[in-house]
Amino acid sequence: MADTDIVATRADRPAGDRRLRPYLGFIWPALLVCTAVIIFPWLFTVWMSLNDWHIGSDRTFVGLENYIKLATDRRFLEAIGHTFYFTVLAVFLPLVLGTLSALVFHRKFRGRGFFRTLFIMPMMATPVAVSLVWTMMFHPQLGVLNYLMSLVGLPPSQWVFSTGTVIPSLVLVEIWLWTPFVMIIVLGGLASLPNEPYEAALIDGATQWQMFWNITYPLVLPFLVVAMIIRTIDALKAFETIWVISNGGPGTASETLNIYLYAQAFSYNQVGTASAVVVVFFAIIVALSLVLLWTRQKAKWA
Amino acid sequence: MTTITGSDTGSAAPARTATNLRTRRKVRKLLDKAGLALAVAVLLAPCLFVFFWMLSLSLKYDIDNTAWPPVFIPTQPTLDNFVHVFDESPMLLYFWNSIQVTGTATLAALLLGVPAGYGIAKARAHGLAALLLLSRMTPGLSYLIPLFTLFQMMGLIGTVWPIALTHMVITLPIVVWIMIGFFETLPQELEEAARIDGASLWQAFRYIALPLARPGIVVGAILSFIYSWNNFIFGAVFAGRTTRTMPVAVYNMLTFESFAWGPLAAAAIVVMLPVILLTIVIQREIVQGLAAGGVK
Repeated sequence: MADTDIVATRADRPAGDRRLRPYLGFIWPALLVCTAVIIFPWLFTVWMSLNDWHIGSDRTFVGLENYIKLATDRRFLEAIGHTFYFTVLAVFLPLVLGTLSALVFHRKFRGRGFFRTLFIMPMMATPVAVSLVWTMMFHPQLGVLNYLMSLVGLPPSQWVFSTGTVIPSLVLVEIWLWTPFVMIIVLGGLASLPNEPYEAALIDGATQWQMFWNITYPLVLPFLVVAMIIRTIDALKAFETIWVISNGGPGTASETLNIYLYAQAFSYNQVGTASAVVVVFFAIIVALSLVLLWTRQKAKWA
Repeated sequence: MTTITGSDTGSAAPARTATNLRTRRKVRKLLDKAGLALAVAVLLAPCLFVFFWMLSLSLKYDIDNTAWPPVFIPTQPTLDNFVHVFDESPMLLYFWNSIQVTGTATLAALLLGVPAGYGIAKARAHGLAALLLLSRMTPGLSYLIPLFTLFQMMGLIGTVWPIALTHMVITLPIVVWIMIGFFETLPQELEEAARIDGASLWQAFRYIALPLARPGIVVGAILSFIYSWNNFIFGAVFAGRTTRTMPVAVYNMLTFESFAWGPLAAAAIVVMLPVILLTIVIQREIVQGLAAGGVK
């Protein structure tokens, strides 16, 4: 994390310091609060991950033992697997659908503003409340989804009540919630596109598909990567939907890192183990974000 | 474009070709329009259906809600479910808790975040902006273990203040982020002129930049309000029986009344109504603000 910091400011450091000084008065109150509510928990977590502490009993320093235990904990390793499975689907599908929706909402038509407002409603709605409604829709016997499936001749599904379908079902909710977010970012990208290449392509007799693939796609790619990075971070961290709808179940079939973390911390009160999970979890998030940032740089140069 | 090259063959009947061309173009345009309408409908259908189903469930008696095949349009609409929600649980208290938590967190974030956004934008301190991204990457739960321990030691658990304080983890980055983007687009000249006339940095900010930034502040305030209102985890961990926020209260209903679908749907509507209304108010700014915030 320190690396990105250095890279971002190295170029303008001498000038930057001079520029920054007069404005420090504006920044430090916020910085102070950030330190209190963000940095302090971090130091605490790293320290606690080196201790064995069950709330209510004594704390003992154990070094890296928590991490070693995690490395052999099957439930933890499975949680990592579930997290990746969930994340890949919950990033890729909203990205594709969000891009398609952006292409549609970029066109000018009557009532566009109104329909666009309707379309972004899901991402603003309270996730817990939305998850509640989906829980009722997923019900295998009385849920409306199985009824809709039967209307188009599909067999009923167990949705979140079977180990095989639980994660894809949860991804469905995630798609519903976050496709508008991708749409908004890509829409911002489309709005910034120049007109000239399209006019030139039209004169040269290019088809719609050729124009999309050779002009729109490369120009919008940086925006897609941004959407992808944010979506990846959020999908890795997804909590409310999973917690409310399946609670990590059936069994531990949909237990992601975040759910496992919650159980360790607040059901079993294992502060040491939970802190170690946080550190590993954060390392995964940062590593993935850096990989994606790197692809963004590559996309810029290409 | 294909119509132009395709029909440009016969010079013998130019008039006929012209009308032919026109009708073809018309058909093409119509097809295009129909395709667009279809695409919009397909995109909106899942979005609207969930909201429609929530509304439908909330307006029906449970006998209709558990009927098979499902009853879509309530035959005997009723508001009983909403009455039930307010009768069975102290929903007004929870509403007030949510207002306190979200209001405090949003106001504090504005107080600290607007000047900070200004400072970062003017000083072009991108390193500090990157710090914000880091706060977004951190899983919310990871703040909770240390803060929970801390608050417990301080004896604050059981009041709304720890919840409000932790909600600043959400609201402060949003406000700073949006204000950076906003102040960067403001023209420099006015403040420079004020500075030459002897205004201090603070005065330039207070009397020039701040009034100009009002639209940005409104967007930042509403967005942070929405995200704080919607947040569940912080409240779930810190809230006691009387300090639940709305999302926590609704989640608790699920655990106790998992088959009372009508009241559950009604509660879901009650929780999200404020944010839905706010979204409608600032939908244009959301589209602009998030697009800008996401890219920088």
